[in-house]
Amino acid sequence: MKGKPLVSIVSAGLSKFGKLDGLYGREIFAEAAKEAFDRCPKLDPKRDIKALYVGHMGESYEHQGHTGATIADWAGLLHVPATRTEAACASSGAALRVAIQAVLSGLADVVMVGGVEKMTHRSTAEVTEYLAMASDFPFEQWQGMTFPGLYAMMATAHMDKYGTTEKDLAMVAVKNHYHGSMNPKAHFQKEITLESAMASRVVAWPLKLYDCSLITDGASCLILTKPELAKKYTDMPVHIVGSGQASDSIGLYERESFTSLAAARIAAKQAYEMAEIEPEDVNVAEVHDCFTIAEIIAYEDLSFCKTGEGGRMAEKSETKLGGRIPVNTSGGLKSKGHPVGATGTAQAYEMYLQLTEQADKRQVKDAEIGLSHNVGGSGGTATVHIYRRD
Amino acid sequence: MSGQEPFTIEQLCKCMSQGKLMGGKCKKCGKVHFPPRPMCDCCFSKEFEWTEIPAKGKLLTYTIIHIAPAQFQSMAPYAMGIVQLENGTKVPGMIKEAPLDKVKIGMPLEIVFEGCTPTQNWPQWPRYHFKPM
Repeated sequence: MKGKPLVSIVSAGLSKFGKLDGLYGREIFAEAAKEAFDRCPKLDPKRDIKALYVGHMGESYEHQGHTGATIADWAGLLHVPATRTEAACASSGAALRVAIQAVLSGLADVVMVGGVEKMTHRSTAEVTEYLAMASDFPFEQWQGMTFPGLYAMMATAHMDKYGTTEKDLAMVAVKNHYHGSMNPKAHFQKEITLESAMASRVVAWPLKLYDCSLITDGASCLILTKPELAKKYTDMPVHIVGSGQASDSIGLYERESFTSLAAARIAAKQAYEMAEIEPEDVNVAEVHDCFTIAEIIAYEDLSFCKTGEGGRMAEKSETKLGGRIPVNTSGGLKSKGHPVGATGTAQAYEMYLQLTEQADKRQVKDAEIGLSHNVGGSGGTATVHIYRRD
Repeated sequence: MSGQEPFTIEQLCKCMSQGKLMGGKCKKCGKVHFPPRPMCDCCFSKEFEWTEIPAKGKLLTYTIIHIAPAQFQSMAPYAMGIVQLENGTKVPGMIKEAPLDKVKIGMPLEIVFEGCTPTQNWPQWPRYHFKPM
């Protein structure tokens, strides 16, 4: 078996993703936590959990900061040291990295890590404005830039440089909605056609409505422990064998390339080296498809294909269930939904299901190695984690 | 410029309101920072001199924004792009005075400063846009 386990996942939980009217973020997190506790009857949460890390992007949505303590209380973990991490849409990918560090440091044997965001009660204009806060203020937001706009500029550059087409983009959406149609927790569980994707209204050309992830409410969590303690809690742990994280300028305009995320490339290299695997060893992956172009760029940044060939990879359905390397079997941010703070650990939740053969209709047969790729902003933060079945 | 002004974003905005795009050039390693910074991210020097950044350049990439934040909604659809100015500095901004279907990668553009309408709220920064040459 390749890669020494850094930590082991002994349980995981995910709330329903969607428009969860009438629920606060703390109540949604409790749903995810309850699932994780129920999956792991040998765990006594109050006795065993020694730290909580929560990814959460924005106070603006619920007019509520101080997320760590709030979530600890509502997860039944009052008095457990709880800390919020914020790295825009990579907030819980970053939380996962910090949780791994906490276990590796020896300071906490058992840690809960998760993320939460409540978004759908806000208008589209408000959400657009809050999300844009993850971009550069004086030269992007203040001048009229939006998040779809930033990824749209990456798409325009990718199309110009490599011949990627609007159809390639739409193929990513069609695939992820197909996967999401098999996920009972996904926000949007319906398949879409290539024609409807191509004909959907323009948000930021060349990106259309069906190129964009959903505004969603949701929460996710994992319970991690030292590898040597894992069997005390479960017969089916999943090991995290690689972890990478890197930063970049938050302003897209300041970067060398508009067609690749340097932070993702650096994080991927760190994670592959730590896990002692090659990109072709990955059997299943969850990548950060906040926009369809982001998934195409992810294929390239993770070396699933050569630079410039991401569009072709999508067009040839190599990343669909049954393909060479299924990507976003959960439906991805596109169909499962993107409650921004919850996304990083929701990706890890899907890896946990896949590597313990609990992914039901969307199960990738004999999957042994999984990877998750979580991006904050237009690439100012990226985390990559690699998972291996026991 | 007397040479005494701090190398800050606020100072750059004051220059822009006077119709000039200015960067901070590191006296030690020569890197031109746009926006100016208090410390060079290459060599950590704090010694800078002001350098005027050319107002003309070409379009590297762009988008047409249809769904905009509330304060820009009345202008949508509008073009936004990243322009590489003649000294290599890259600046993002809105592209005006060009039909949306005529916006193309590589098109020559120049910066236009719009000034600033004073309000009670922070920030009181000028906006700018690009127009075809």
